[in-house]
Amino acid sequence: MNAKALILSLLLASPVAAQGFADLGSAAPGFALPDPDRTLTFPADHGPHWDFRIEWWYLTAVLSGPDGTDYGVQWTLFRSALAPVEGEGWASPQLWMGHAAVTTPDHHFVAERLARGGIGQAGVAPGPQPEPFTAWIDDWALTSRAAPGTDVLSDFSLTATGPDFGYALQLRTDAPLVLQGDKGYSVKSQAGQASHYYSQPFLSVTGKLRLPEGEVAVTGQAWIDREWSSQPLAENQTGWDWFSLMFDDGTRLMGFVLRDDAAGFTSGTWIAADGTPAPLAPGALTAEPLMTARVAGREIPVEWRLTLPDRGLDVTLAALNPQAWMATSVPYWEGPIRFSGSHSGRGYLEMTGY
Amino acid sequence: MGKLHLSVMLLSLTNVKKTYATSEGPLVVLDGVTLDLGSGQSMALTGESGSGKSTLLHLVAGLDRPDAGEIVLAGKSLATLPDRELAALRRGTVGLVFQQFNLIPSLDVRANLSFQARLAARHDPDWCAHLADALGLTALLDRYPEQVSGGQQQRVAIGRTLAARPRLVLADEPTGNLDEATADSVLGLMLQLVSASGAALMMVTHSPRLAGRLDRRLHLTGGKVAP
Amino acid sequence: MNRAVIRSGMGALLSHWVRHPMQLLTLLVGLALATALWSGVQAINAEARAAYARAAAAVGEDTLARIVAVAGGPIGDSDYVALRRAGWLVSPLVEGRHRASGLRVIGIDPLTLPPQAAVSGAVPVVGGDIAGFLGGTRGLADAETIAALGGDGLPGVRLAPADGLPPMTVILDVGAAQRLLAAPGQLDALILAPGPHPNALPQHLALRAAARDGSLARLTESFHLNLTAFGFLAFAVGLFIVHSAIGLAFEQRRPVFRTLRALGLSAGTLTGLLVAELLVLAIIAGLLGVALGYLVAAALLPDVGATLSGLYGATVPGTLSIRAEWWATGLVIAVLGTLAAAGQSLWRLWHLPVLAPAQARAWALASTRTRRLQFGAAVALLAASAGLVAFGHGLWAAFGGLGALLLGAALALPSIMDAVVRVAQRARSGVLWEWFWADTRQQLPGLSLALMALLLAMAANIGVGTMVTSFRTTFVGWLDQRLASELYLTAASADEAARLTLWLRPRTDAILPIVSAEADLIGQPGSIYGVADHATYRDHWPLLQSVDGVWDRVADGTGVLVNEQMARRGGLGLGVEVALPHGALPIVGVYSDYGNPSPQALIGLVAFQRRFPDTEVLRFGLRIAPDRAAGLAADLRQTFDLPETALVDQAGIKAFSLRVFDRTFTVTAALNVLTLGVAGLAMFASLLTLATFRQPQLAPVWAMGLTLRHIALLDFCRTLVLATVACLAALPLGLALAWVLLAVVNVEAFGWRLPMQVFPLDWLGLFGAALLAIGLAALIPTLKLARRAPVDLLRVFAHER
Repeated sequence: MNAKALILSLLLASPVAAQGFADLGSAAPGFALPDPDRTLTFPADHGPHWDFRIEWWYLTAVLSGPDGTDYGVQWTLFRSALAPVEGEGWASPQLWMGHAAVTTPDHHFVAERLARGGIGQAGVAPGPQPEPFTAWIDDWALTSRAAPGTDVLSDFSLTATGPDFGYALQLRTDAPLVLQGDKGYSVKSQAGQASHYYSQPFLSVTGKLRLPEGEVAVTGQAWIDREWSSQPLAENQTGWDWFSLMFDDGTRLMGFVLRDDAAGFTSGTWIAADGTPAPLAPGALTAEPLMTARVAGREIPVEWRLTLPDRGLDVTLAALNPQAWMATSVPYWEGPIRFSGSHSGRGYLEMTGY
Repeated sequence: MGKLHLSVMLLSLTNVKKTYATSEGPLVVLDGVTLDLGSGQSMALTGESGSGKSTLLHLVAGLDRPDAGEIVLAGKSLATLPDRELAALRRGTVGLVFQQFNLIPSLDVRANLSFQARLAARHDPDWCAHLADALGLTALLDRYPEQVSGGQQQRVAIGRTLAARPRLVLADEPTGNLDEATADSVLGLMLQLVSASGAALMMVTHSPRLAGRLDRRLHLTGGKVAP
Repeated sequence: MNRAVIRSGMGALLSHWVRHPMQLLTLLVGLALATALWSGVQAINAEARAAYARAAAAVGEDTLARIVAVAGGPIGDSDYVALRRAGWLVSPLVEGRHRASGLRVIGIDPLTLPPQAAVSGAVPVVGGDIAGFLGGTRGLADAETIAALGGDGLPGVRLAPADGLPPMTVILDVGAAQRLLAAPGQLDALILAPGPHPNALPQHLALRAAARDGSLARLTESFHLNLTAFGFLAFAVGLFIVHSAIGLAFEQRRPVFRTLRALGLSAGTLTGLLVAELLVLAIIAGLLGVALGYLVAAALLPDVGATLSGLYGATVPGTLSIRAEWWATGLVIAVLGTLAAAGQSLWRLWHLPVLAPAQARAWALASTRTRRLQFGAAVALLAASAGLVAFGHGLWAAFGGLGALLLGAALALPSIMDAVVRVAQRARSGVLWEWFWADTRQQLPGLSLALMALLLAMAANIGVGTMVTSFRTTFVGWLDQRLASELYLTAASADEAARLTLWLRPRTDAILPIVSAEADLIGQPGSIYGVADHATYRDHWPLLQSVDGVWDRVADGTGVLVNEQMARRGGLGLGVEVALPHGALPIVGVYSDYGNPSPQALIGLVAFQRRFPDTEVLRFGLRIAPDRAAGLAADLRQTFDLPETALVDQAGIKAFSLRVFDRTFTVTAALNVLTLGVAGLAMFASLLTLATFRQPQLAPVWAMGLTLRHIALLDFCRTLVLATVACLAALPLGLALAWVLLAVVNVEAFGWRLPMQVFPLDWLGLFGAALLAIGLAALIPTLKLARRAPVDLLRVFAHER
C-alpha cells in the first residue's frame, strides 16, 4: 500500500491533526467507496477513477550504478478530487501532484509539482489513441511503450526533473499484475476502511540519472503501485509505515503498519516469484523499530525488524540514506533500504505521520 | 494777580478724579483737583512720588481720561472728546516733553525736530532752524537719537515740542534723567523758549529749586491740591 | 555648584514661560507644525512606498521574471499548458479591474505560483478552504479592504484577510478572475519561477526580466521627491518660527541670565540648563508634531493614493499605519531643528559678559553688517545654483541646484527689502509716510526671518503649482493628440477582428489598425508600433521635431519616429539611424510620450507587417463623429457581446485623466494652505516678538498726536506691504523653481521635458491666500496695539523698562 500524502488538502500543511495524516481520515460525501465485489479490469483500471476521491500511480525503484553504488528512485502522480467529477478548464475539481526523488547514499533529491485537471497540465490518458497510455504532470511523464495486446505497464518510459536532478528510465517486465488484498480490495483498518490496490512489482529498469556530479547509468528493479479510494484511513489512524521488499530469490513482500491510538493495524501480501499473491492475515506481520535518526527535526525509525512467522521471515532492514526526507507540501519519509537475516534483498520504506 | 486777570483762560480743571485699578484694589490717584491756567502762564506741579502729578499731566495732555470732573482745554471739554479729537488736540494744541523716550528712533534729529509741526501742518522751516540754532542742535541734525547724548535728546524733544507752536507745553520731569548742570541748562533754554513763544507751561518736577523758577506752583498731596 | 543652585536656576528660567504662555505656545506650535508637515509628508511617502513594494511583491513582480505576448495582449491558457509540458516552471497571471466593484482583481494559480511571490504564502490560509479558493468562492484581500467593502465586494466571493496585499486588491483563482474580468481562456502574463529553464520560447512569447528597477518605481519616485522637497521646505519655514520664538525668550530673559550669573551660575551650567529646557520643549513639540503629522498624512493620504493609483496604477492604502521610520525621524528632526534654531542664541549666551547691558536695540544697529554678509552668501549660493543646474548631472545635482536657489533667494531677501523701502522713503509724500517707511526699515531685521519664510512658502507654492498645472495642460493636450480616435477596440482573435471590421466598415469613417511588438531599442526593452497612413496621425500626432514630409517617410517605410525619452536617453537626433529588428531606419521625427518610461518607435503599417509578419492585427482606432461614438460603442458591445475591456472610449480616458489631476491638485492645494499657514505663523511669532520692542518706538508718535488705532492700522499696513514685496519677490523665484522642476528635474527623473506654462490668475489666488494668511497673523498684534491701555504706553516715559 502506498497510501500517500494526499493532495491538495496538502496545501494545508498540517501534518498530523486529529483528522489523521493529510486529512485522509475525513469522510468523503458524494464519493464512491471501494467495493469488495468489484473485479478490476485492464487497461480501464490503469486510468483515473473520477468517482473516488484519491488515487495514485506510484513507482519506486532500487538501482545500482556501474561502480555498484546503490540508488533509489521515486516517481509518483497523485490525484485528489474536490468533487467526484472531472470538469473542463480551470474549474476542474481534480488536483494533481507529482513527487519525484532520487536517493543516493549521501543525498536525497526531491521535487514536487502541482497542477489541476481540466486544462491539460496534468492527467492520465488511457491510450492507446490518440496517444499511448500516459500519466503526466508538466514535463514529467510515465509513457507506455507496450505492444498492442500487452499490458500498458509491461513496458514504459519514465521521466522527471527537479532543480538539481533528473532521470529517464526504461522499465519492462513479462510478469503479470498483482492484485493486493482480496483480489485488489485492500482493507486498511479493523473498522473496514479499504482501497482498490494492485501492483506491478517485477519491473526491470535501465536508464540514466542526472545528478549534480553528472549522469549515471543505472540498472535495477522497480515496483509500481496503483491505488484508489475515498477514505483510506480510520479517523483514529495517524500515519503508516509501509514496506516493499524484493527478495534476492524473486519473492516480493508488501507489508504495512497503520499506526493508531492503540496497537495499530498491520497487513500485507506475500507475492511469490511467479506473481501469485497471498494476503497476510491482519496482525501476522510485526514491525519493530530498532533505531531512529534525527530527520528534519523529528525522530524517525530508519532501522526495523520485520517478522512474519508464517513464512519464517525475520529480517533487519536499514535505510540506504536515513535522510531520505520528502520535504514536499505534506512531508514524509521515503527511501530505498537493504535487508538481511532470514532473507536478504532490497526494497523501499515509506513512513508518514511522524 | 494782575497778570492773571490779563491772561485768557487756557486750561481749567474742576474736581477732577482718577482711580486706577491695581491688584490690591482701586487706587485713588487724583481726588478732586481743581485748578486753572492762563495763556502764557507757567505752573510747576510738585508732590511726593505717587501724589498724582504725572497723572494730572497725562489727563491734561489727553493721553488718558478722568473718571470724574471736567477738564477744559482751549475751550474744549476733554472728558467727552473722542479719541480722534484728543489726538488732534495733542497734535495741535499741546506739546509734550517727557523724562525719556521722547524721540522717534527711526528718524534723524532733523526729522524728529519737525515731526510734530508737520503732523499739525504748522511746519515753519525758519522757526525750526531758529529753534535748532537756539538749542545748539544744528550740528546734530543728521544724527539718529541713539547717536546723541541724553541732554541733547531732551533738547531735541523741547525743540520738537515748540516747533509745532503749541499753546500749552506739558513737561514731565524733563530733566529727571540728566545731571544737575545739564538739567539747569536744558531747563533754562526751555523756559526761555516757552516764554518767547507765548505758550503756557505746566511742568511736573520734584525739585523745589526748579519749581521756583515758574510763575506758579501747585503742590499735590494724596491726589489733592495742598492748601 | 550645588544642586540647589541648579534647581533654583532652572525654576527662575522656567518661570518665564509661566508668565509668557503665549510665547511658549508659539514655540511649541511652531515646532510642532514644522515637524508635522515634515513627518506628515514622510508618512505619506513611507506608506506609499510600502504599498508599491507590496503591490510588486504580491505577484513577485519585484523578483520574478515574466513571460508576455510579444504583440502585447493576452496569452492563451493553452500557451501556459504547452510551456509547462515543455518544462517551463511558469504560473498564470490575470490582472484587471473589476468594473462593478472597482476592485483590482489578480488571478493566480496557487498550485504553481512560485513561493517567491509574497501572496503564495497567503493562499493556504484562505480560511483553510483551498477548495473554495480554487472554486472561485473564496478570495484574499487586505483586512482593511475587506472591512472597507463590508461584504459587498465581488458577487459570490467570500474574502479572507491576508497580510502583505495592496489595498483594494483581491486575489482570486485564475479561473474565477477570468470569469469576473470576462476574459475566458486569456492570461496576461506567466510568472517564471527562478532557476534553470528551457531555452526556446515560442515566437509569439517573450521573456521579461524582473522589474527590479521597475517603471512604477521610477515614476513614483519623482512624485515622492517632489513631496519630500515640499516637506523639507515646510520644515525650514517652521524653523523660522522656532528661531524667532527662542530668540525672544532669550532676549527677554537677559536680566534673569545676568542675575543668575551674578549669583554664581557658570556660563556652562546656564547654557546646559537652557539646552535641557530646549530639549524638553523639542521633545514635547516633536511628539505633538508627529501626532499632527499623522493627522495631516491621514487626511491627505486618500488623495495622494488616488493620484498615484490613477497616474501610475500603484495602489496605496487609504489608511495609515504608524511606521517607526517616520515618527522617529520626526522626533529627531524636531530636536535637531530646535538646536539649530537656538544655536545663535546659545552661542550669545555662552559669551555673555556677566554684566552685559540690557540693550534691546544693539541688534538693529548690527543688522547692516549682517545684511551685507547675507547678501554676499546669497550671491554665492545663487551662482552655485546656476552652476549646478547648467553643468550638474543627475537628479541630486538638480535638487542641489534647487536648494541653493531657494536658500540664496531667501538670504538675498533682506537686502532686496531694504532697497525697496529705501526707494519708497525717497518719495517724500508727507511726514506720516516718512515715518512709516523709516519705521518699516527699522522693523526689517526683526521681520526678515518671517519674510524669508513667506518667500519660501510662496515660491514653493508658485513653483509646484506651475509644475502641476503645466503638467496637466501638457498632458491633456497630449491626450487630445494621442487619443485622436473616438473609440479603441481590441479583438480577442484574428477571426473576431475580421468580423468586427466587416461590421464596422460601413458604420465608421475610418478603422485604423494598431499593431505593436516588443523589441530591444537602444539596448532597453521597448516597443515598436505600426500605424496606418491616415490624417488622424498626420494632423494630431504630438511631434516635437520632424523632418519635412515626415508622414510620407513613415508611410513608405523609409523613416521611423521615436519617443522623446528614447531620443534623450540614446542621444538621438533627426536623421540618426536607429537599429530596429530587421534593419535600421533613420529618425524622421520625435514625439512626446508622457507616462511611458520605455523607449518606443513608430513605423508605417506596411513596414511593420514586413518586419513582423506574424503579428495579428487585433487593436483598432475607430474614427467616427464624436456624437455618434457612444451609440456605436453600445451597438458594438451588444452585437458582439464584447467584454468591457475590449472597447475604450476616448472621452472616458480623458475624463479619467482629468479626475486624476484634480486629485493631484487637492493634495497640492492642501500643502499650499499648510505651508502658507506655517509662514503666517512665522509672521505672527515675529510680530509678537517685535511688539515688546515697539513701545518706545510708538509711544512718542502716539503722544504727539496719533491715535493708537491709527498707529495700529499703519502697523498692519506695514506688515501687508512687506508681505506683498516678499510675495512679488517670490514670483520670479517660484517660476525659477518651476523651470528647474520641469526642465531639469523631470528630464533627469523621467526623460521628458515639459513646456512651462504660466497661469497668472492662479498667482492672484495664491497672493490673496498669502496676504490673507499674513493679515490673519498680523491681526492679533494689531488689535492688541489698538486696544492697549494708555497707561501701558505712559509707563514708557516714566520708568526704565
